[in-house]
Amino acid sequence: MSPVKKAYIRPLDIRHGCIDMGHGAGGRSAAQLIEELFLAAFDNEFLRQGNDGAVFAPPPLPAGARLVMATDGHVVSPLFFPGGDVGCLSVHGTVNDVAMSGAKPLYLTASFILEEGYPLADLKRIVDSMALAAREAGVPVITGDTKVVERGKGDGVFISTTGLGVVAPGVDIAGSNARPGDVVLLSGTIGEHGVAVLSQRESLEFETTIQSDTCALHTLVAAMLLAAPGDVRVLRDPTRGGLATTLNEVARQSRAGMMLEESAIPVLPEVDAACELLGLDPLYIANEGKLIAICAPEAADAVLAAMRAHPQGRAAARIGVVTEDAHHFVQMNTRFGGRRVVDWLSGEQLPRIC
Amino acid sequence: MKYIDEFRDGDIARKISARLAEEVQPERQYSFMEFCGGHTHAISRYGIAGMLPPNVRMVHGPGCPVCVLPIGRIDLAIKLALEFGVIVCTYGDTMRVPASNSLSLVKAKARGGDIRMVYSAADALEVARQNPEREVVFFAIGFETTTPPTALAIRDAQRAQLKNFSVLCCHVLTPSAITHILESPEVRQYGTVPIDGFVGPAHVSIVIGSQPYEHFSDEYRKPVVIAGFEPLDVMQAVLMLVRQVNEGRAEVENEFSRVVSRGGNLQAQALVSEIFELRTTFEWRGLGEVPYSALKIRPSYAQFDAECRFDLSYQPVADNKACECGAILRGVKKPTDCKIFGTVCTPENPVGSCMVSSEGACAAHYSYGRFRDIPVVVESI
Amino acid sequence: MCLAIPAQLVELLPGEQAIVNLGGIRKTISIALIETVEVGDYVIVHVGHAIGKIDPEEAARTLAMFGELAEADNDRVSPSTKAAA
Repeated sequence: MSPVKKAYIRPLDIRHGCIDMGHGAGGRSAAQLIEELFLAAFDNEFLRQGNDGAVFAPPPLPAGARLVMATDGHVVSPLFFPGGDVGCLSVHGTVNDVAMSGAKPLYLTASFILEEGYPLADLKRIVDSMALAAREAGVPVITGDTKVVERGKGDGVFISTTGLGVVAPGVDIAGSNARPGDVVLLSGTIGEHGVAVLSQRESLEFETTIQSDTCALHTLVAAMLLAAPGDVRVLRDPTRGGLATTLNEVARQSRAGMMLEESAIPVLPEVDAACELLGLDPLYIANEGKLIAICAPEAADAVLAAMRAHPQGRAAARIGVVTEDAHHFVQMNTRFGGRRVVDWLSGEQLPRIC
Repeated sequence: MKYIDEFRDGDIARKISARLAEEVQPERQYSFMEFCGGHTHAISRYGIAGMLPPNVRMVHGPGCPVCVLPIGRIDLAIKLALEFGVIVCTYGDTMRVPASNSLSLVKAKARGGDIRMVYSAADALEVARQNPEREVVFFAIGFETTTPPTALAIRDAQRAQLKNFSVLCCHVLTPSAITHILESPEVRQYGTVPIDGFVGPAHVSIVIGSQPYEHFSDEYRKPVVIAGFEPLDVMQAVLMLVRQVNEGRAEVENEFSRVVSRGGNLQAQALVSEIFELRTTFEWRGLGEVPYSALKIRPSYAQFDAECRFDLSYQPVADNKACECGAILRGVKKPTDCKIFGTVCTPENPVGSCMVSSEGACAAHYSYGRFRDIPVVVESI
Repeated sequence: MCLAIPAQLVELLPGEQAIVNLGGIRKTISIALIETVEVGDYVIVHVGHAIGKIDPEEAARTLAMFGELAEADNDRVSPSTKAAA
């Protein structure tokens, strides 16, 4: 018979409980939230250290290797959408940002801003989804932080993640590297993420089987770099602003133009239909699991083949070329037979009536 | 997508293009106004301008409800949100239109105005149902196509005896705008805007029918071809206009016969005339005061009229002096004739309304066509 | 102006509502503004309302007009449809 009661602690009521200000106050209930919700999900040796920061030995770096850090805030409304939620998105987004430098992602950190009153059950779903995404990507979340804001001052859950990765020697990927004559490759169909999120927005609701394409792209990147070391010059994931905006960014950074072929850009028929319905253009819709690659013309076939051999690049396509253009226009030959500019996104993509 | 994809077939487009090149008389200039922003958008987005013979010029008309909305009207909506604390519901299109004091609905929202984007007038009604303690105003813009859904919302509000819903009505009428253009000195006297014919509205005509345009072919001897908004519809309409001009005809022809009849949608027309009546005059951006060119809510529905309910009075506001939107909307000038086009006035910082809506002549040219201003040598893959 | 698209009516709902299908997207719309419609009809949808119905024969005629143009490259035919009176 033990003189001390078994636990002296009442476990979190995940089913009915909500976030309250105490969960952010650094006291016992904050510790309990971290222990029972976050640690339980993310469990790894670094978090188990229980310190404010994670202490780890750097990976062995060959001469010429470099480190990459990327950070990203994740706010999405609604927090759950077909094909994902803010949790897995916050892992994929940062893993992809690191991977777009041509790096192998190693570790993540996560910071949560929680709104008072947010149901613990929903938070657990998000955290579990995040932990699963990190495990699948093989990139652990090794340190984190939680803050609580008063009701009405947040939108449920905001997550910021930072990623650390390492770039192998000889890999030189940057938005400024595109040269006239280079080939523009796209890893798959565009627009699914944005349309999946929009389909759940209040007053826009429509039924669709479209799922967000959110996924971590670092293994695809690794396969591409293996196929043509040194010949992949630019990698980007066309997230907010869509393909059009991403290509304009690269054109500006590289001080070049681009000429695209509309008929070569893969779009799911359902995404096309949703865009017709809302008056949007798939070229401007966000993706969370696609990348564009710009590579030397002689390497394009090898890179494309490597993309198509990877499950995330089955629908990969050659969509255009980099051109010499003092105005850095991204242009497109339309499927219809005309030609037009593909401009930056201006303002927000709003559903329109005219 | 049935009834969409067939009308975007590039192979047929090339054939119409070849036929046009064959049929235009090389010694003459053809100048056609596409009234609707929908056509302007199709021309730009599909690159149609480059597929027409060089002596066929398309003049962009004022058929973009966002572009013709005068500043003073946006000011009223902003006033409702910021001063009266009303929930203003609006279509996404109006959110970025510049108003007085460097404001816009988007900026008024950032200053605390409760401004909500809706997809339909019915959604605004739903907002009113869910917020019985708040006043909800639907900022209604649009041509004849968009008016019937607003009429329906007002009818349903009355049936449901909603006490907190009203409409700031800015619905305008197409035929009176076309008349105004045809009567303008640029067209009638000076000939600075030669117009040989009109590509007539697509979706407006579904509601009002083709009959209202017969007047233009009879009275002004101008051919009108009502055309759908798909790119093949537009090209076919241009071909039909060229043929009318060549043959000296001025008729109303209907390329969009798959949905447009002579009489239009009588059910929608009846509902609209039950709820709305003509305004004696209404200010259009670019066209100025145009008599009998807009609708207001009938006195029997006055409780749903935001202008009555909040005792609003319209204050006209002069456009920015450097902005040429007015002349551009009348077809007198092209976007590139405007000094601030692409320099001060860009889609990120629109000075004039033609730069806001993607259907506006300036935004369409900036976003899709500005490469034409600067010849660039490109290679295709 | 006036963004509107053709979509097929797949289900009638009470309260003058219906579900349309557009390339796999299903959306509830109002059919209060048009007269008789049946499941299978294609309607033109604008801001969540059907405002007109597509006449399949006329659509076929318009497409045939494009088609004729494609075939009759040499002999000039002018199949302009006068607005039906």
